[in-house]
Amino acid sequence: MSEQTATWFNLYDARPEAEVPAESPLAWSYHRTGRPAVSQKSRVVLRERAMLGHLILRGGAIVLDEAVRQVLGFGLPGRPNTLTHDDGGERSIQWLSPDEWLVIVPGGEEFVLEGRLREALGDAHYAIVNVSGGQTLIEIEGEMARELLMKSTPYDVHPDAFPVGKGVTTVFAKANLILRRPGEERWELVLRRSFADYCYRWILDAGAAYTIGVES
Amino acid sequence: MFLIYCPYCEEHREEEEFHPKGQAHIARPADPEACSDKEWGDYLFFRDNPRGIHHELWVHAVGCRKFFNVTRNTVSYEILESYRVGEQPRFTAEHPEGRPVETVAAENVTAKAEVVERQEGVKA
Ligand SMILES: [Zn+2]
Repeated sequence: MSEQTATWFNLYDARPEAEVPAESPLAWSYHRTGRPAVSQKSRVVLRERAMLGHLILRGGAIVLDEAVRQVLGFGLPGRPNTLTHDDGGERSIQWLSPDEWLVIVPGGEEFVLEGRLREALGDAHYAIVNVSGGQTLIEIEGEMARELLMKSTPYDVHPDAFPVGKGVTTVFAKANLILRRPGEERWELVLRRSFADYCYRWILDAGAAYTIGVES
Repeated sequence: MFLIYCPYCEEHREEEEFHPKGQAHIARPADPEACSDKEWGDYLFFRDNPRGIHHELWVHAVGCRKFFNVTRNTVSYEILESYRVGEQPRFTAEHPEGRPVETVAAENVTAKAEVVERQEGVKA
């Protein structure tokens, strides 16, 4: 029974060839709405970090924490609504709910990572889902980034309520997304593919007053 | 702004993130086959509609997506507390001013021990 359970999952590389063209969820928006250039007047900059590896981990905190430490070298965030990063800041784990975490790693690493986590977890009661194709990450940076967010979400983004290292799932305009703050003036928005165009256009509209620019 | 406390996120969140899901603490009959039509009908369809203190199930739909309980006054709309599923309320119709925290905590420890015992087999 135990040998069997370990091989029950269906693990396959969703994107085996890096040369196969893949489009970010914002490809259509760039084509249709365009990208306002970054200028000296831009007090907010939007930058998409497309094609990262996103994994959802579900299960008990202790079991998952052990596996993640073993494979990634850093642990799960213990407190609700917080993030942990590796030393380089390239890989992150975010608390989403008491039994659910979001792991984001550089694109292409997620397939190997999923396999190694499954190996480390063995017979434990857990689930891992690769959601890389379903969402994208947008960075908003600049002195007016917080002002822009204040127009867009009912969540309190004041530094007292939203310190660096925090991350929440919340309402954004009429959609919802994951909002994280990895740095003082840098915010990350993890968007669903189906909400990406709407949120992109909302951000450009809300950021027009601050001459928002989109880095390509 | 109308804020509701989520006991899993451990902070107040905007009302827009939540959905009410009806009356709380409705236990599914242990043996449905042995229920009379009346008992099964009561379980499926009939809900209390009290004037005053009411225990409700809510879900943090745009957040952690966990279900939790809320004690709410249906007259004043005041939310007196939110507590996790499996826990007991502090504020009840019999004790609108709130039962002692220690009494509730002791009850919840017992309830939690029972849940852990039941889940033992799930642990892998
Ligand atoms: Zn919550």
